[in-house]
Amino acid sequence: MSAIDYQAQTFTYRRSPDQDAATPARHPVVIVGAGPVGLAAAIDLAQRGTPVVLLDDDDKLSSGSRAICFAKRTLEVADRLGVGDHMVAKGVTWNVGKVFLREAPLYTFDLLPEGGHQRPAFINLQQYYVEGYLLDRARELPILSIRWKSKVTGLVQLTDTVRLDVETPGGNYQLDCDYVVAADGGRSAVRRLMGLESKGQTFQDRFLIADVKMTADFPAERWFWFNPPFHPNQSVLLHQQPDNVWRIDFQLGWDADPVAERQPERVLPRVRALLGTHAKFELEWVSIYTFSCLRMDKFRHGRVLFAGDSAHVVSPFGARGANSGIQDADNLSWKLHLVVSGQAPDSLLDSYDVERVAAADENILNSTRSTDFITPKNEASRAFRDAALELARDCPFARKFVNSGRLSLPTTYVASPLNTPDTDTFACSLVLGASAADAPVNVDSHPSYFLKHTGPGFTLVRFSDDTPSVPNISVAASYRTIWVVQPGSTCCPATEDVIIEDEQGLLRQRYDATPGTVYLLRPDQHIAARFRTFDPIKINAAVARAMGKP
Amino acid sequence: MLNTEPNLTAPDDIYEALVAVHRDLAPEQSHLVNAKLILLLANHIGDEGVLRAAIAKARQGITPSGKDNTVRAVI
Repeated sequence: MSAIDYQAQTFTYRRSPDQDAATPARHPVVIVGAGPVGLAAAIDLAQRGTPVVLLDDDDKLSSGSRAICFAKRTLEVADRLGVGDHMVAKGVTWNVGKVFLREAPLYTFDLLPEGGHQRPAFINLQQYYVEGYLLDRARELPILSIRWKSKVTGLVQLTDTVRLDVETPGGNYQLDCDYVVAADGGRSAVRRLMGLESKGQTFQDRFLIADVKMTADFPAERWFWFNPPFHPNQSVLLHQQPDNVWRIDFQLGWDADPVAERQPERVLPRVRALLGTHAKFELEWVSIYTFSCLRMDKFRHGRVLFAGDSAHVVSPFGARGANSGIQDADNLSWKLHLVVSGQAPDSLLDSYDVERVAAADENILNSTRSTDFITPKNEASRAFRDAALELARDCPFARKFVNSGRLSLPTTYVASPLNTPDTDTFACSLVLGASAADAPVNVDSHPSYFLKHTGPGFTLVRFSDDTPSVPNISVAASYRTIWVVQPGSTCCPATEDVIIEDEQGLLRQRYDATPGTVYLLRPDQHIAARFRTFDPIKINAAVARAMGKP
Repeated sequence: MLNTEPNLTAPDDIYEALVAVHRDLAPEQSHLVNAKLILLLANHIGDEGVLRAAIAKARQGITPSGKDNTVRAVI
């Protein structure tokens, strides 16, 4: 798979039978934009059984490496979509970051300090590989139709329908659908067609992003320099990517000329200053950025749902762009599936807006704080920044202020209306609304990981009290049951249930489980409810609530 | 709660030390020293309520006559 040059691929426009229909053809869901977010949502919906039309105005995948840091949570979502193994096999795994002041290391952080997780804190992987793997998976799904060179030029919301105008090389046509997912990027055409805005702030600074091909012996870690001798008074970030490609971000300042700074004669000396004058390397990709943090007021506008950069944009410090977009897709797809298949009311989609707007605010807050630290806005903020850096050498407290990026973590939907508030006490760090923690387990005497066995719908995790008297209850179809048992347990759950042996006890520990404890996981693996004892009435009520039922 | 009543045994000595630490410093060096001092004291105090009250008290009554580089953006 890694031999495929995904950047060079072009996809052929094919005429759709919908273009010759007498009246507009109707589909349950149309997704606009075949980037990582649109592809993830399309695969998720199709895997659940909802047919999807995916429109893209281009015929290529991402050009340039762009988003490169994919977080643990994204990998867990990718596992559900069938591309996690490809991403991890190709990607550069890393957990450790180092921060330098001038030439000397200031401190080191480990983003995954505990073991017993299938996926690392991060992998680095060029965006075109992620899109390529997702596209390969999407093409395996017969109810997912991808239409290249298909540009949305009009959008009208009728009473129970969205009507789209689509422009193609073979002429224009109209499409009707129940719902539109606008995953068409920061400059979203759908947002513009609807007369909507994304608002926020721009940071007065410029950054040179250079991808350099070379063999080097830097470790697979995130290295961030404040004021290094090779690039004085500015910051530099170094990351390893697959195929011997290294990402280097040079802070340039607001006065830098964005056109001139892109030229190789300006870029090469900056890279040589870091690598040494004798270093052998080639420039793969160069770009100049000014960063913004923006979001739409609402992500749901009737039957149109905005996801990824179309809905919110962050500065890259913290890797919160693509990772939050994938979480948008993860949050939206199961809800949309339940709504279009008539299993849940349309109001369930309002929870997408509530949960993901809160997530965007969290990401914007963190990314703004990082960018304000890296690009101080006035003399006082520069003085505090420099003070924190100087003190960090010998005062551990000051290291907590140093902010080179607070790296993406899954958002916890603490205040979600879908949660059933705790009535029992749990002492673990896992809270209601959090994404479920992974742990090593045994299934059928084989080593495995917990998260793999959840889903695709609601999952009830029952920590067995390990007596043979566990009742053989065959549960309603609205959720599946996973039994967590001691090794060698002889309890006898229903045949369709999954039985997991928690040999190391990590699952019990991470969920603060006692015999009889139950956790209800949503289809996106977030915790919707938990109880110390199993009560089918309470569980059914919690499932109904998590499906947005009154 | 932020204590605004006298709390130092030798206030003149401490005031002198706060001024003396800036002797012969350029303005940006003074900014740096003050910022370090604030961070050190903030961590030592540790109480978020006290710190927020002190921050508000320090800013009270000052009408801004400068501006920072925040740029509103809409796309």
